[in-house]
Amino acid sequence: MVLLALLAATTIGVVRVRNLFAVAVLTGVYSFLMASVLIVLDAVDVAMTEASVGAGIGMVLMLGALYLTKTDEAPPAHSPLLPLFVAGVTGAVLIWAVSGQPPFGMAATPVHLAGPDYVQRSVAETGIPNVVTSVLASYRGFDTLGETIVIFTAGIAVLLLLKRASRDGDGSN
Amino acid sequence: MSEIVGGLIAHFNQWITVFLMVSGLYIVIARGNMIKKLIGLSLFQTSVYLLYIAPGKILGGTPPIKAAGFTVYANPLPHVLILTAIVVGIATLALGLALVIRINEAYGTIEEDEIFARESEG
Amino acid sequence: MRLDVILRVTTKLILPLMLLFAVYVQFHGDYGPGGGFQAGVIAGATFILFTLINGLGAVMRIIPVAVVEALIPFGALIYAGVGVAGMLTGGNFLDYSHLAHDPVHGQEWGVFLVELGVFVTVSATMLAIFYTFAGRGRR
Repeated sequence: MVLLALLAATTIGVVRVRNLFAVAVLTGVYSFLMASVLIVLDAVDVAMTEASVGAGIGMVLMLGALYLTKTDEAPPAHSPLLPLFVAGVTGAVLIWAVSGQPPFGMAATPVHLAGPDYVQRSVAETGIPNVVTSVLASYRGFDTLGETIVIFTAGIAVLLLLKRASRDGDGSN
Repeated sequence: MSEIVGGLIAHFNQWITVFLMVSGLYIVIARGNMIKKLIGLSLFQTSVYLLYIAPGKILGGTPPIKAAGFTVYANPLPHVLILTAIVVGIATLALGLALVIRINEAYGTIEEDEIFARESEG
Repeated sequence: MRLDVILRVTTKLILPLMLLFAVYVQFHGDYGPGGGFQAGVIAGATFILFTLINGLGAVMRIIPVAVVEALIPFGALIYAGVGVAGMLTGGNFLDYSHLAHDPVHGQEWGVFLVELGVFVTVSATMLAIFYTFAGRGRR
């Protein structure tokens, strides 16, 4: 899995580089690599969303925010030993927890209990071959309603925080 | 043979996922710049997507779009959950960046240490 | 001035194709990867690219801020409206089976309208967030 190794290398770049403009571009590269990994894992809908949202809109918003603040990170003031230790302990616990998973790619695992049922029912009940769309919009439609409300709330909140009535003046604090 | 290859790929998969998660966590804890913290948080979120979707793949299967000639499909349920998670992640990133812009205008800086110093003296 | 001309001509060729691709992804989401979210983001990105080349004033003449702000809740309203229509025609909330003469067609109509609502809200939100970020200006 060469893609995963590239992903890890990009992440090390994001941690170490201090010029924030370069970090924003590296995050865009990371999003594209993640989309490629998702295609290899047979998740085409998710890959399209991750590529367009992460590498497209995410990078635009980050560059916009960097334009409005400053673009260089100050050198770290505390020694990195304690955070490294905490991160290392968390990593060890996570590896121990994740290693209990069944082997990769087998079809008889507990995670596949409800999935194939939707695949069989989708065309018969809704007439839509794309199972992800039919599950998203019809079988689990409530979750998508909640998600739309979340996007609406985020848009309104950004408008409340940053909108100005006129070009000059500070607006209300 | 395919079990050995499957086992090896699974372990590599899991280690990379945990490495991404831990480096996202390290950025959030250790760096003081607020925009860098937000980027670390989004890094953490993308590693969780990998954690969910990797077990959903079946070797020899195909993406979950029903077509003639295929019988084994990947599990569509994690795909739906992660689709929602990606869009909610970008919404919270936009809101977080808007807050950082406001903080920058109120305090003149986005470094956490300087903001704490200014708060404790003022 | 020469570099500027290259950018302007290229984006003039690409922008209609991007918008067409967004509409294609939206309506073809039943048969291939796609659906409301991806299409909304691509449509928002089209207008953002237009802004990057032609400036904020030009895009605000095409889509004023008031229209964008009115469109954000409109999509969520379409979604909830489909849910209430499901209740009015005799099922539960968000039950699409009774929306047409036959349950399968009802499901197809329901999914179509719901994805349209998601598309409108997502593209309007992305555009509104970009408008506020770009209109803030540096002190």
